[in-house]
Amino acid sequence: MDKFRRWIASSDMASIVVLAIVVFAVLPATTDIFRLNLIGKYLTYAFVAVGLVMLWGYGGILSLGQGVFFGLGGYCMAMFLKLEASDPVSTKIQSTPGIPDFMDWNQLTALPFWWEPFRHLPVALIGMLVVPMVLAAVIGFAMFKRRVGGVYFAIITQAVAMIITVLIIGQQGYTGGVNGITDLKTMLGWDIRTDSAKYILYFANAILLFVAIFACRAVQRTKLGTLLLAMRDKEDRVRFSGYDVANFKVFVFCLAATLCGVGGAMFTLQVGFMSPSFVGIVPSIEMVIFAAVGGRMSLVGAVYGTLLVNFGKTYFSESFPEMWLFLMAALFIGVVMAFPNGLAGLWESYVKPWLLRERQAVPVPAPEKTPAVAEDPSEAEAASTRPVARSPEHAPASKNRSDGVDPAVA
Amino acid sequence: MSSQDDRDDLQSTSRRNFSKGLATLPLIGMPGLSLAAKYPTAKVNTTKLAVTDTEVTVGQLHSATGTMAISETGSIQAERLAIEQINAAGGVLGRQIKIIQEDGASDWPTFAEKSKKLLVNDRVAAVFGCWTSASRKAVLPIFEKENGMLYYPTFYEGLEQSKNVIYTGQEATQQILWGLDWVMKEKGAKSFFLIGSDYIWPRTSNKIARKHIENFRHLKVVGEEYYPLGHTNFNSLINKIKIVKPDCIYAIVVGGSNVAFYKQMKAAGVTSKKQLLLTISVTEDELLGIGGENCDGFYACMKYFQSLDNSNNHKFVEAFKAKYGPKAVIGDVTQAAYLGPWLWKFAVEKAGSFDIDKIAKASPGIEFKGAPEGYVKIHPNHHLWSKARIGEIQSDGQFKVVAESPELIEPNPFPKGYQ
Repeated sequence: MDKFRRWIASSDMASIVVLAIVVFAVLPATTDIFRLNLIGKYLTYAFVAVGLVMLWGYGGILSLGQGVFFGLGGYCMAMFLKLEASDPVSTKIQSTPGIPDFMDWNQLTALPFWWEPFRHLPVALIGMLVVPMVLAAVIGFAMFKRRVGGVYFAIITQAVAMIITVLIIGQQGYTGGVNGITDLKTMLGWDIRTDSAKYILYFANAILLFVAIFACRAVQRTKLGTLLLAMRDKEDRVRFSGYDVANFKVFVFCLAATLCGVGGAMFTLQVGFMSPSFVGIVPSIEMVIFAAVGGRMSLVGAVYGTLLVNFGKTYFSESFPEMWLFLMAALFIGVVMAFPNGLAGLWESYVKPWLLRERQAVPVPAPEKTPAVAEDPSEAEAASTRPVARSPEHAPASKNRSDGVDPAVA
Repeated sequence: MSSQDDRDDLQSTSRRNFSKGLATLPLIGMPGLSLAAKYPTAKVNTTKLAVTDTEVTVGQLHSATGTMAISETGSIQAERLAIEQINAAGGVLGRQIKIIQEDGASDWPTFAEKSKKLLVNDRVAAVFGCWTSASRKAVLPIFEKENGMLYYPTFYEGLEQSKNVIYTGQEATQQILWGLDWVMKEKGAKSFFLIGSDYIWPRTSNKIARKHIENFRHLKVVGEEYYPLGHTNFNSLINKIKIVKPDCIYAIVVGGSNVAFYKQMKAAGVTSKKQLLLTISVTEDELLGIGGENCDGFYACMKYFQSLDNSNNHKFVEAFKAKYGPKAVIGDVTQAAYLGPWLWKFAVEKAGSFDIDKIAKASPGIEFKGAPEGYVKIHPNHHLWSKARIGEIQSDGQFKVVAESPELIEPNPFPKGYQ
């Protein structure tokens, strides 16, 4: 029992296992299909939050335009589904049957050439990964090679979000405009609106989310992860050590963008439409809030943060339809004031020491150092020479490796 | 806050409201609890909707927050007023109407989420809601999948018809064709300049207008321009108008852009003294923002104006102001929203059931003689037969009704030759 508690408290693997139990067992068992579908929707935002942990928490790059990548992934999937829903039979009342309804309304008489490839599911699947990645690479190279960073980069990502929104809304004949791409029905003949489809999509989404978490965790544990942390804390030192900082930044930006794309595509599948309301500045900032509430250093925390904020949003808006925005604001301010490191910080500074309290009596190598390192900003500069030790995700892992307790090492 | 007050209001059936409800509705006899006994719940509700022996629950889904809140508040108020009056007059099949209000927050995915909640979780018997086409498009697949009934109040672009929606506003042809003919005949307009905000409703409406002007009346369209939603700089457009000198400007500018558009027109000297302008996007609500003095003398084509002179409307305006204050204004959509609960009530009573399929079937042919706009009737395509009217903008922010279509105009959401 003691061993178990120690494992829970000191291994980051344990927190992933707990999250897996929550997502795969507790939530499906305790909620009806309507609520589960909602949670599935929230979990698609968690992809963005997980990406932001890598980008912002580890890379120190704050992007306020992640909604763009979420939207692009979602649109790739929506285009495929819309073409499947727009067969000549079900669109026979249109002037031009066989093209999506919004094109017909906008006097288009043929499918634009760049829509053609999206008749094929593999193209849509590759597109949802590659399109956000390529856009991120272009922005990344243009910015980071010129050493644009910090606030300036955040502003530029906002501008990109704005531009893409205007583009999508303005080109409504090609994109569905402000309505978005709606009325999606089937994927390869499989009706995505049925209850059973929603169960399957929920679990597919959850599995993908864990794949994403493990992939990010793997990146964190490599030398690359270490360099990202080092870069965040003292970029110049890393550069003077002979590393090309820009390339690492581009990599992590692309990684985060790709995760957003996957989230967007899963969103489209579960909600049944895609619209430009995810691409703009406001939703992009909201997504940063998810990561902030969860704790920007913790992959698992980001998922909890996303769930908490969205549960709050749904609950407050259902219970107090006219004043729920104020309650949401109170939640954000409350979390940031009370736990500056988010839910993960709460775990680090309260739950963990409590779990470890007995262990301190036993003469084992002191693990209590780990909670203490939970990112105190004032400490950031001092600790920058040992970036690895500062990470709450890393510290227990590296310690356990020597203990041989962590099952993830095996 | 105010939703709480409203809820209390709904429950307390004061004598004043009671008598007012009766006065508005001469159709209703004296229904009471005996009616509920006559229609046992097991019989009138075979699809597990939220109907009990004494209560029926409906949903209300508009934006109470966000950019659309300013437009949708009128609809929320009008629907509540109608439901309150229905309750005061005995409810529907002897059951009092209870409202679950959800906030779409001007965000289309939120509309989708909330509509699913209302239909799946709350099992509401009907939903009164949505305003923009985008929000309707977002919820439509859900209403069709879960078999709900939506009463949609806004005039819109047409090209849609669903068993699960009753459209209480005008579809595009009802608002456009007669109005254009009026300016051609009465004002001698021969050339038209089409202006719109850049989204589906203005685009589709202008498409219909252009086809009507060019193909059916063989007159000229001398320009067609679109600006993004929220656009505020119309100077280059105004210069273009001054150069091409159209007989008539046909404007479908929406929301906040309207304020900039009309103020800049006035500043540039394009006023009703020199220029004829017909709009289908300015109601009393918009005039609050624009200011009547900035666009007086221009014309709008709607089915309803607050100044409409008939006894139904007098009672409606009086009741609305009694509930929401003497300064409240009532636009076209607000009136259309008011029709929703009544039309639903009549459909339920005609069907003798709350079942969605039976209501959908019973709806065509239903009339509402107490409608503030005069008289409406549901067409088999689930839109309303209604009249079109031309109002001249007055400097006090009201309209003077200057013309009215002689007959009810048939709704035709898929007009042949206009696509």
